[in-house]
Amino acid sequence: MALPVYASPLERVWYYTYRVICALIFIFLIAPILIIIPLSFNADPYFTFTRAMLHFDPAGYSLRWYDNLLTFGMTLPGALRDGAWWSDVWHNAQWVQAAKNSVIIGFFATILATVLGTIAALGLSRPEMPYRKLIMAILISPMIVPIIITATGLFFFYSDIGLSGTYFGVILAHATLGIPFVIITVTATLMGFDRSLVRAAQNLGAGPATTFFKVQLPLITPGVVSGALFAFVTSFDEVVVVLFIGSHAQQTIPRQMWNGIREQISPSILAVATILVAFSIVLLTVVELLRRRSERLRGVTPS
Amino acid sequence: MAQAETHDPGEPLRTVDGMPLKSALARASRRARIRAFLLVAPLLVFVLVTFAVPIGQMLSRSVVNDQFSANMPALGEWFDENGKADPDEAAYAALAADLATSYADKTAGNVGTRINYEIAGTRSLFTSSARKAKDLKPPYKEALLALDPGWGKADLWAAMRSASARATLNFYQAAVDRKIGADGNFETAPETNRIYIKLFIRTFILSVVITALCLLLGFPVAHLLAVLPLRHASLLMILVLLPFWTSLLVRTTSWMVLLQSQGVVNDVLVKLGLVSDSNRLEMMYNQTGTIIAMTHILLPFMILPLYSVMKTIPPAYARAARSLGATSWTTFRRIYLPQTVSGIGAGGILCFILAVGYYITPALVGGADGTLISNQIAFHMLKSLNWSLAAALASMLLAAVLILYWAYDRLVGIDNMKLG
Repeated sequence: MALPVYASPLERVWYYTYRVICALIFIFLIAPILIIIPLSFNADPYFTFTRAMLHFDPAGYSLRWYDNLLTFGMTLPGALRDGAWWSDVWHNAQWVQAAKNSVIIGFFATILATVLGTIAALGLSRPEMPYRKLIMAILISPMIVPIIITATGLFFFYSDIGLSGTYFGVILAHATLGIPFVIITVTATLMGFDRSLVRAAQNLGAGPATTFFKVQLPLITPGVVSGALFAFVTSFDEVVVVLFIGSHAQQTIPRQMWNGIREQISPSILAVATILVAFSIVLLTVVELLRRRSERLRGVTPS
Repeated sequence: MAQAETHDPGEPLRTVDGMPLKSALARASRRARIRAFLLVAPLLVFVLVTFAVPIGQMLSRSVVNDQFSANMPALGEWFDENGKADPDEAAYAALAADLATSYADKTAGNVGTRINYEIAGTRSLFTSSARKAKDLKPPYKEALLALDPGWGKADLWAAMRSASARATLNFYQAAVDRKIGADGNFETAPETNRIYIKLFIRTFILSVVITALCLLLGFPVAHLLAVLPLRHASLLMILVLLPFWTSLLVRTTSWMVLLQSQGVVNDVLVKLGLVSDSNRLEMMYNQTGTIIAMTHILLPFMILPLYSVMKTIPPAYARAARSLGATSWTTFRRIYLPQTVSGIGAGGILCFILAVGYYITPALVGGADGTLISNQIAFHMLKSLNWSLAAALASMLLAAVLILYWAYDRLVGIDNMKLG
């Protein structure tokens, strides 16, 4: 949107004001996420920039909060940092346990949501699918219904059938929450899928399984993978359901953060937050690359 | 052509194996429908079992009323027979018998808690009387009144009468700040006890404010992204998508860090001399904190639908309007804005739906007056343990959300929902 030559002085002023306003909104969007990164290297237990930090004095910065992530909950945090120390970290440090739980729950929930979601998306994208809109509305609803209502419902249901406080229960619940994302991304990819390719494959003698694995799946893989990433992030970031139906054994990273924020907020939280931001940057990059690949595969030129 | 000539017009067309073509087609399309449905069926069953059934079961809890009625059978029988009559000796006898059994079964506390929901401070009446109920002698009315004159109160009997029904709308009445009066009819709770109506109104107002702020901030950004050349736009898009992908708790934490009284925002304001050091702004643990943090969190949900609509608006219309003599303001108001309405609707409803049910951020930065209805549900679930009231509040919230969801579907269509 270049400034046209016939623009009046007032329009010129507005043109630049508008850019400044947009820049400020972008700062509002991104600054809160970036500001915690330097703060997590604070040498003092404060949540603001100390004088030493502002003068770029190396003494003002430290890795102590990251170190704290490893040592918190260990039996012998002060011991010599050899193999035994690291084994202690792996088995006892609370944040490490939380990370392990998050990964385990996230992994299985993602697998479940992606497999079921992709198969369902194949059916939903067929023109002959009956009650398409209604079924779609039901499948998307876990994303729309307030999380507290879902958590409350699962709390009663799981205590009745004995699933509360189990990994299996949390995995099922997280899979349910991730399903809408898989459905949305995979059906969006299938919208641009050329159905005549399937007919061509069948014409050439391929069975339904061969057609799916050799023709359809390679073309929709980018959509499936971004759906899976969405599902994983949903599980990885979920705290309310875990609070309601998980026991202490299912302590995940968000739950540990939640406890940390509610009780005594320490800069260790900022160190975790920084790691999670780095993680989301990686995820965003992967999803963006996948989207471009999908467009290339489907022959859509980026406009 | 040979076949067409031999075909008799009165005879229906047939397939090779002699079946009428019409029914063969119907059969084929029925099979295709079944195949499509079978692909969806596993997930549908999964979502129904792990999502719809639990929520339905939870909602039924809002009318189930067995906490009192299951433990006080004799009194329930008396209420069935005598309706709204004043309690006579038989009623007191039933009460004494039930109290004695409930003490033996250790359910007196539950029974008292149920009545305590209606009339505060009555739980101890039940527990202490139940302890001595076994030794009571007839006439029971005098004996119970001697134990505690509170048993004679009309509003207590009204509360017990309504608690004896197996199903009740009491919890919905409580959720709209109404309670049982002495005459057994519902009346509005005293001014100081009316919290839920206020909370619903506050949730609504805060959600409107947050949605409006998202629109105000999201509109210019979405417009800029839509009109910039793609390579610049996709760079700026990262600034929108990164918050979208970042953990909710991380974003809430960073707002807590920024907004606290010794935090970065206050420090900057003090340095700039805008605020004196002794007079730092209170931006957290109140409504301001909730509004700022939630606007930031929901902003991408406004920008993305707006952007996808704005990208499809051809710039030629605006140029045509200008060449016909419209000022830039008129062009925006009469030509551009009407074309973005569907995006505003989509983003607005989405933000509003998400804001109304928000829990985490208000719980962490909301303090006392920045919390929403979800926080009250969580309070009744985890702290006060009045699960029926929690279920009643949840069903009211759910009804509101489902209406909005339906509106979203009518306006945008669920299958047009996009992510990133």
